[in-house]
Amino acid sequence: MTENLRSKYPKMNDILDKLTLCIERGKVDTNATFPSDMIGDPGADELTRQAITQNIPAEEILNKALFKAMKRVGIRFRDNEIFVPEVLMAAKAMSTAMKHLIPFFDQGLISKKGTFIIGTAAGDMHDIGKSLVAMIVEGGGWNTIDLGINVSTQKFLAAIEENPGCSVGISALLTTTMVNMENTVKEIKENYPGINVLVGGAPVTQSFCDDIGADFYSPEPHGALDFLNEQT
Amino acid sequence: MNNIMDCIREGSVLLSDGAWGTMLYEKGLKSTECPELWNISNPDKVFQIAKSYVDAGANIIETNSFGGSRMKLDMYELGDRAKEINYAAARISREAAGDDVYVFGSLGPTGKILMMGEVSEEEVYQVFCEQAVALEEGGSDALIVETMMALDEATIAITAAKENTSLPVICTFTFEKTMNNDYRSMMGVSPTDMVSALIDSGATIIGANCGNGIDRMVEIAKEMRKANPSAYLMIQANAGIPEIINGKSYFREGPVEMGAQLHHLIDQNVNIIGGCCGTTPDHIARFSQIITHANS
Repeated sequence: MTENLRSKYPKMNDILDKLTLCIERGKVDTNATFPSDMIGDPGADELTRQAITQNIPAEEILNKALFKAMKRVGIRFRDNEIFVPEVLMAAKAMSTAMKHLIPFFDQGLISKKGTFIIGTAAGDMHDIGKSLVAMIVEGGGWNTIDLGINVSTQKFLAAIEENPGCSVGISALLTTTMVNMENTVKEIKENYPGINVLVGGAPVTQSFCDDIGADFYSPEPHGALDFLNEQT
Repeated sequence: MNNIMDCIREGSVLLSDGAWGTMLYEKGLKSTECPELWNISNPDKVFQIAKSYVDAGANIIETNSFGGSRMKLDMYELGDRAKEINYAAARISREAAGDDVYVFGSLGPTGKILMMGEVSEEEVYQVFCEQAVALEEGGSDALIVETMMALDEATIAITAAKENTSLPVICTFTFEKTMNNDYRSMMGVSPTDMVSALIDSGATIIGANCGNGIDRMVEIAKEMRKANPSAYLMIQANAGIPEIINGKSYFREGPVEMGAQLHHLIDQNVNIIGGCCGTTPDHIARFSQIITHANS
């Protein structure tokens, strides 16, 4: 934060630090009963509104609270310090805060880093791993389009066509559906050679990623965000 | 046939079957197909799997109903056929089991996360109730709530099964080893957390399946034993961790390799031992020799 901003908004640090904590801990709003040690405290909902009311710039709210919190969440998940429930709750707090920032995106005062399209491989019905990646990447400032489960190659191609310059993530939980990634990656690369394709999921490995011609593999969601950020 | 709990209380180690999912794919199931629909569309092939485990010497076989909850079947627009599909699953295994082998009706996760409010506890309870009742009507001797990861969903499934059937209920979780060298389910539940929560909710036998080979399952069994020295335990290990070669998965631990480690589970007083992904009737036949010897 610049000195100028700090003198202009003396309570800014305080609010943004509290908001960061709320998002990191998954504290959605005052009425939320999770986490149990923050019952009754204001949550991401109230603090974001308060920050806006105090004219803290949206960019500061994004960078100094939302992205900062979700980055910590991604790293703590990677390091097995927290597990899926905590990530889901953090993402819920994040999206609650984000709703209040939509007008600033619409006015062009803040913008997304780019578009990331994600779905599970054709035939794969497993939602959770894919959704975690979507949440972490979205929490890192990317416009994330979740195509859901059992996504056909055609559906991926259509979404890429609508979002020029996007990156694509494909996830699979089963060895039997993982192989369906190969055709999807091949078709994407043939039709859109410049598009980055990220792959992940329990059975996926770096060598599988290399074999099928994908650009990036990470065993955990935060790796995907780091990779995308490096491309910008 | 004696009551299964009497058998276990007498101190015998029982042998369960091995993998179903990987066996179904071997028999031609496609990744886009609903495995449980095969109970109706390909009952002969499902029967062959069940029978192959009976012939291999299993004391217990499961049913092809892991993804048979209405919520899972809905993904294939088959939710309304949940009762019929689960009943058929139990009938097939009952027929293969005859009078000498126990049938455990299998219930897997719904795929929904309760704490996110995607579905209500009542909805999940009703879904498990429907499945449990159909599995009992089809001839199951017990119900197994397996591959669980969240305590809330598991306890609802156990409660639904206990309150709506007269069968003993088993519940197994799937754990992964973390960077801190402890074990947690995907939802962060440790074997220690799981033991007391599941016993409190009425599970008769608890344990772990999938996700790990025998070496890690031994560590998980030790933690459960430490948390509750007298609990009845069930462990179904994978045939090691799969390697993917040319798009096909290979589980590296054969019957002999897995069999050589089986005594470590027996040493932890595990009451029911069996296989999960990648294990075959050959594995179970080898386990049968070892367990028969250990029981004698």
